[in-house]
Amino acid sequence: MIEVEKVHFIYPNGIEALNGVSLTIRDGDFVAIMGQNGAGKTTLIKHFNGLLKPTKGVVRVNGVETTKTSVAALARNVGFVFQNPDHQLFSETVEEEIAFALKNFGFDTEVIEKRISWALNLLGLEQYRKTSPFLLSGGERKRVALASVLAWDPQTLVLDEPTIGQDYQQKEKLRQFIVQMQAQGKTVVIVTHDVEFVAECNPRVVLMKDGKIVADGEGRAILTDPEVLAQSSVVLPQITQVFMRLTPLGLPRNVLDVYEAKEILLKHWRRSERK
Amino acid sequence: MAIIETKNLTYIYPGVANPSIKDVSIKVERGEFVLITGPSGCGKTTLCRCFNGLIPHFYQGELKGEITVVGMDPTKYHTHEMAKRVGMVFQNPENQLFALTIEKDVAFGLENLGVPREEIRKRVDWALMQTGIYDLRERSPHEVSGGQQQRVAIAAVLAMKPEIIVLDEPTSFLDPLSAEKIFEVIHELNKKLGITVVLVEHRLDLTARYADHIIIMDEGRVRFDGSPREILSTEETRLIGVGIPKATLLYQLLKKEGIKLGNSTPLSSEELAALLLEVLKSA
Amino acid sequence: MSVFDGLKFRKVSSPIHNLDPRIKFIYVCAVFVAAILFGEILPLAALFLMQIPFVLIADVPKEWLHSLRGAAFLATFIFLINIATSFFTSNYVLTTAAVENAAALTLRFIVLVEAFSVFFLTTSPDHLGLALEESRVPYEFAFAFTTAVRFVPVLAEEAHTIMDAQKARGLELEKGSFMKRIRNYIPILIPLIVSAIRRSLELAEAMESRAWGATKKRTNLYSLNLHKGDFILLAITVTVLAVAIYVRLYVPMPTLTQLIRM
Repeated sequence: MIEVEKVHFIYPNGIEALNGVSLTIRDGDFVAIMGQNGAGKTTLIKHFNGLLKPTKGVVRVNGVETTKTSVAALARNVGFVFQNPDHQLFSETVEEEIAFALKNFGFDTEVIEKRISWALNLLGLEQYRKTSPFLLSGGERKRVALASVLAWDPQTLVLDEPTIGQDYQQKEKLRQFIVQMQAQGKTVVIVTHDVEFVAECNPRVVLMKDGKIVADGEGRAILTDPEVLAQSSVVLPQITQVFMRLTPLGLPRNVLDVYEAKEILLKHWRRSERK
Repeated sequence: MAIIETKNLTYIYPGVANPSIKDVSIKVERGEFVLITGPSGCGKTTLCRCFNGLIPHFYQGELKGEITVVGMDPTKYHTHEMAKRVGMVFQNPENQLFALTIEKDVAFGLENLGVPREEIRKRVDWALMQTGIYDLRERSPHEVSGGQQQRVAIAAVLAMKPEIIVLDEPTSFLDPLSAEKIFEVIHELNKKLGITVVLVEHRLDLTARYADHIIIMDEGRVRFDGSPREILSTEETRLIGVGIPKATLLYQLLKKEGIKLGNSTPLSSEELAALLLEVLKSA
Repeated sequence: MSVFDGLKFRKVSSPIHNLDPRIKFIYVCAVFVAAILFGEILPLAALFLMQIPFVLIADVPKEWLHSLRGAAFLATFIFLINIATSFFTSNYVLTTAAVENAAALTLRFIVLVEAFSVFFLTTSPDHLGLALEESRVPYEFAFAFTTAVRFVPVLAEEAHTIMDAQKARGLELEKGSFMKRIRNYIPILIPLIVSAIRRSLELAEAMESRAWGATKKRTNLYSLNLHKGDFILLAITVTVLAVAIYVRLYVPMPTLTQLIRM
């Protein structure tokens, strides 16, 4: 569980990136943090594993204040995958890359072996075990970075902009992966601009603006509220945009998903045909 | 005559076993807005690098087949010769701006060409106006947002008055609102100035509506080539992993259920909503 | 990353900032020569005081004091070494003249630091790059200079992100023996180097696409024109040099000790 209580954060250059943020993320939650660039999203998630410590206020991970422990100790519980895999890959083989964190955390050699195989298998990377990560494609490198964090099996997984530069299929695989994590009771936090991806996943949405949380709640409610979204410069999902224009037909406005939309429209069509 | 034409273009990067593009034959007409899309690694970026001669001059490797761009064969001219006619905008805005002020960056190409100072000033101001960043001209590139940086990159090629602008995933590092602004700028350059635009992009939901012509590639080959409404009306595009706009997908699903929605595939939510309103009201 | 904050270039405007960097450089050289000409405290103090109006007009007193503080350690060192040498070479007696001499040499060092810091504090990198372009320096060097200035903050930020990414994977930089600590930096250096190489390739590609090397007669958006201020500075420079040489040759310079005795 991650508790953020009235946190302010001021960078050394004087910019106040967080301005009184309170947020609780319970085990098993799936949260999407959204908002414009500079709204404070990345600053906020860096507080979850102690990379940043609050200037004012408290952050607790599983009841422990982040100021009273190390990043390494917090990282055991909160795995953090950065946006650009090239900011972390450095080993000669994929296998060694995954072993890096496991060694840092002091796992036994046998356990490390097992964990590597498990993580490779989970992300479909077995055939690259002995390959240099630098020879892989962008999408594959992203998966290696993910595997290298997944390997120590943290309770919480924080993904910074996981869909950037990803094509449709890669996004679909990521979505399935998150569903799988959820089924295992893991906590997943994503920071993203990708409103279509969020609409497909329908998680809890936390909307930020100017270092504050302006909305926090069920995805459907927030993503279909044009006023709230406009505040943080997030666009409506395409399907919702369609339904906003269909109000003269007496249809609901809070529709997110294509298949759901199809059912509603079919029902409406059949009803009007019967008349 | 087509402004870009390739015949059986095949290219292998040095030290790589398989060709990155295979037998690509395409035609782009003057003044078109062309969208090239396809899954990651399908060869779309590689194809674009052929248009101004970065392939084969910069990348070396082995290029086979024929290519003509603005009536020239890029393999036979220096890249700087082609650069006057074909402007390239790349994915990462950060790595294509080198100067310490924005206007100096926009002037870079013209300075290289030895254009007289008064003419540079005129063209730089014009390009800055066209892309809506005139007020930022004296700022440093790292002081402005990613979206603004990318507009600087567009202004920088625009100042060279090219006939074609090629943009390789120019918005993949940007948030949706900044991305939309970029697409609007490009769309305007295409409509108002008649510049031929080649846009590589996999976010069709944001871009399909602007395109006159879509080319879909997969594994180095051209799989679909034609008008967006035609191509996106088929379900096959989804099978090779191209994310079509949600509105278009909904249209396909409804059509399959037998709702008569006409034959003009909608490319945006506005178009679909208008179509649905009409059909469902009259029903 | 506060170390790199100073390198983040921002356009500042002041009568001193707007001066032609070439003239400013000539002025700094003149001060340099004048300082070398004198070993006495009085003229050096005059040279020291002469820079202060520049600092005030350019409105950079804080930065200026900061750079002087940076030089304080070396200045103290110079002072002590001089005192010690004269003490040991003159049969272990310390004369006032020796102390004054040491103080003068220290002051000379401070004047030199001061003059150069005023130059760098009031000359923006783009101006300097432009001066390089306008001089006979090959364009490639001028370009390399401005590009380096442009990318230092970018790389610094990147290094920071990489450090965060590895810390998030349990890397503890300050842990272990000396050798281990050095090795701790490998996971940071490799991604940084790889990304710098990737970046430079992309830069090269973008340069090629914008007609790099199209003609030997490159033109320039900006031009450096001499304005009134530049001529004034040039006049000041000539005066300083002339007065310094004249005084050196024809006016006997008393030391502070002699003055007090009179």
